[in-house]
Amino acid sequence: MRLNMIVNGTDVSAEVEPRLLLVHFLRDHLGLTGTHWGCDTSNCGTCVVWMDGLPVKSCTVLAVMAHGREVRTVESLEVDGKLDPVQEGFAHEHGLQCGFCTPGMMMTARWLLDNNPDPSDAEIREAISGQLCRCTGYENIVRSIRWAARKQASAPQEGHDIAPGQVVSSTLQDAGA
Amino acid sequence: MMKLRLAQPEVLIDINDLSELAYISLEGTELRIGAMTRHADLLASEVAAAHYPILREAERVIADPIVRNRGTVGGSLCQADPSEDLSAVFAALQASVVVAGSGGRRVVPIAEFHTGPYTTAVGPGEVLVEVRVPVRSGAGSAYEKLERRVGDWAVAACGAALWLEGGTVSEVGIGLTAVGAPHFRSVEAEDSLRGQVPDESAIAAAAALAARHCNPSSDQRGPEDYKRHLVGELTSRALRRAAARCVGGEA
Repeated sequence: MRLNMIVNGTDVSAEVEPRLLLVHFLRDHLGLTGTHWGCDTSNCGTCVVWMDGLPVKSCTVLAVMAHGREVRTVESLEVDGKLDPVQEGFAHEHGLQCGFCTPGMMMTARWLLDNNPDPSDAEIREAISGQLCRCTGYENIVRSIRWAARKQASAPQEGHDIAPGQVVSSTLQDAGA
Repeated sequence: MMKLRLAQPEVLIDINDLSELAYISLEGTELRIGAMTRHADLLASEVAAAHYPILREAERVIADPIVRNRGTVGGSLCQADPSEDLSAVFAALQASVVVAGSGGRRVVPIAEFHTGPYTTAVGPGEVLVEVRVPVRSGAGSAYEKLERRVGDWAVAACGAALWLEGGTVSEVGIGLTAVGAPHFRSVEAEDSLRGQVPDESAIAAAAALAARHCNPSSDQRGPEDYKRHLVGELTSRALRRAAARCVGGEA
């Protein structure tokens, strides 16, 4: 089947099997391997991407169901070498250990902060409640999202002071909140 | 369903673009919920929560926030999983559903909708289009679910709806899920409450009947006697909170 969609702002067109899942289309056809493929049953949430502005689990969306829609993946967070505050927060607060759940966690975090710039810890936990971290690093993930929220609140027009790959140290005070 | 090979359709039709089936509205004495209404939208609906808080309470514990962005009310009902939450909710609310096909539309009482595990009254060439919940005064409702972790199917759950007139129960619905209750309902518990003042002893009697007359199976979520105990406890809690809401005792 022929499908067309916008992925991270770019028009994409491809001929795919009807049974192909969106997560596999992104990874295997487009080479966007930032989105991970985990449980395959809508439980773990590592495959979360945005479709038409809402986070969805891409292991439970057929690629052809995204035809004509706009998809956003974790690769879109970094812009021109500048990290998103959410990515900075995960770096500052050690929000990842093995990193497998990280892309889904960050895409959900970005959506949360876009819709609720000052979430409580309870709201953060609720937002990521459909996602699993088998390293059990939830405390640091919550701190990372809170860090990003503070960073955005203190410098809404800035927020990109870590280069990709840069090693950073962790303190809550770095958020300047 | 397809990944587990429970369903192996030869043809799939994507109905996600049928946005005309995504709505929640109050029409006359009915709350009408379109089949393509996303769980997230029913959770957020003020009109639904104002009339029946059970809807918001159940939606809060259905799957997880990301899944609720995609999953639909109609999809959940038509999947007809024996542990599905809204089946118990709509059983308690004495809802009906509208099924459409090339021959027209028909209204099916929720008690006749589920014909068995994973099977419904929706025939070939038909589609569920709407759920209708009667709105009557004096109502109170609540949902109580125990799950092993966020997003899991219920170990057991109870939805209760009460309608009071002059302090006594004029109508009642008690929905149970995951415990083998016929049509997700406890008719025996409902019958015991009708005409009664919903005090502690009446609630305890109804809860005991609900526990006795369901048919839970022992599985990885727990043994049969544990689930039966849960049904009694969850039914008590749901009825207690529903009754408090009838008299405006709880927001």
